[in-house]
Amino acid sequence: MPPEHNNRVPIEEHLAHNSVPQGEQHLTLDVVVREMLARLDAELIGLKPVKTRIREIASLLVIDRMRREQGLVAESPSLHMCFTGNPGTGKTTVATRMAEILRSLGYSRKGHLVTVTRDDLVGQYVGHTAPKTRDVLKRAMGGVLFIDEAYYLYRPENERDYGQEAIEIMLQVMENNRDDLVVILAGYKDRMDRFFEGNPGMKSRITHHIDFPDYSAQELMEIAKLMVARQDYRLSPQAEEALAQYIARRMAQPNFANARSIRNALERARLRHAARLLSMSGRPLTREDLMTLEPDEIMASRVMAEEQGAGSSHD
Amino acid sequence: MRLTQGTFSFLPDLSDEQIRAQVEYALERGWSISIEYTDDPHPRNVYWNMWGTPIFDVKDAAAVMLELERCRKAFPGNYVRLSAYDRSKGRQTTALSFIVNRPAEEPDFTLERTDFTDRQMKYRLRLHAADHATGAQ
Repeated sequence: MPPEHNNRVPIEEHLAHNSVPQGEQHLTLDVVVREMLARLDAELIGLKPVKTRIREIASLLVIDRMRREQGLVAESPSLHMCFTGNPGTGKTTVATRMAEILRSLGYSRKGHLVTVTRDDLVGQYVGHTAPKTRDVLKRAMGGVLFIDEAYYLYRPENERDYGQEAIEIMLQVMENNRDDLVVILAGYKDRMDRFFEGNPGMKSRITHHIDFPDYSAQELMEIAKLMVARQDYRLSPQAEEALAQYIARRMAQPNFANARSIRNALERARLRHAARLLSMSGRPLTREDLMTLEPDEIMASRVMAEEQGAGSSHD
Repeated sequence: MRLTQGTFSFLPDLSDEQIRAQVEYALERGWSISIEYTDDPHPRNVYWNMWGTPIFDVKDAAAVMLELERCRKAFPGNYVRLSAYDRSKGRQTTALSFIVNRPAEEPDFTLERTDFTDRQMKYRLRLHAADHATGAQ
């Protein structure tokens, strides 16, 4: 017997148990999950509780897969979720990521995200709601259904509202087609709580309630830097200082929408940046000029001009 | 008499798992699936009733299976078929069509002979159950 043949024995043993491809599969799966979680960490600032929960879910799915290969019972878990939090805390972004994660873990077959609101689910007249809701559910099958501001589905003050019908159809599909789609409800915390009070059936079918905390000023600064870098801009050191001041002021104002407010502020800074560059004369614009946001762009914001807490909701 | 027609007429009936795989194949190619049912399976009856509109915009076979289950539940004693339409050529083209549900007891056909002018012979395929059929003719 040639010596190299000895090396093959374990592999042949594996082959005999028909477990080689599966073994390789969860090895790569492991790598995929690790990479994905690392990316999640890098691209999403803050959101500690959210990341912890995603990590737990991902781990469970990987372990379940390994258990199944060992012939152990691994009932596919119910992954319907509820994301609560103030506007701009990243609920939609995380939902998109969740769809990708579930897909690479093999839980979700297609991994697409279908985002809907009440209007897409609830009909205008008798008999209109059921087909409409079912249509949306069918579109989301194999992926994730994200229902933004889900509490609007339930209007207890109007007993002839068709929202309840939509909820009942959803419940049925959420229960019977658990392997086919994941439903994520999203909205403000207090309103979601009231929604669940009126719909205990919905509450009990949602296993994961994830709360998205507001960002701290420091986290918002990091988010701003990330957004700027992603668009090939950069903040000059002075501009960074100005932005820190801006964030502090903006946070104290009404209608503050976390990362969304920051994104809007940067959007406007870009406008002012462009206007400033074009009004500048005398020398040709350099690559540096095109990239760098200066404090002027941020200080020109109305937020900086107003007295703190003085009122209007404009940014 | 076991009725056969469509793409897999030479095969035994497809299991749900096999149906799902066929649907998945069709969706991958961008074909839309339509579910139709009838209680009049005469080969010349091309007008089967539609179970809702054709299912557009779905990504996964589960959506089609859900509708198929509802159709079977509503018409357990009817023939049900799935058709896949390929619209890539700019016209409605049936790319795939097969029976997915049949009644427990299938009707028989009789071949009837009728005299016609000049001692001609005309033949007629008569479906026994057609006497009771209520579906579109």
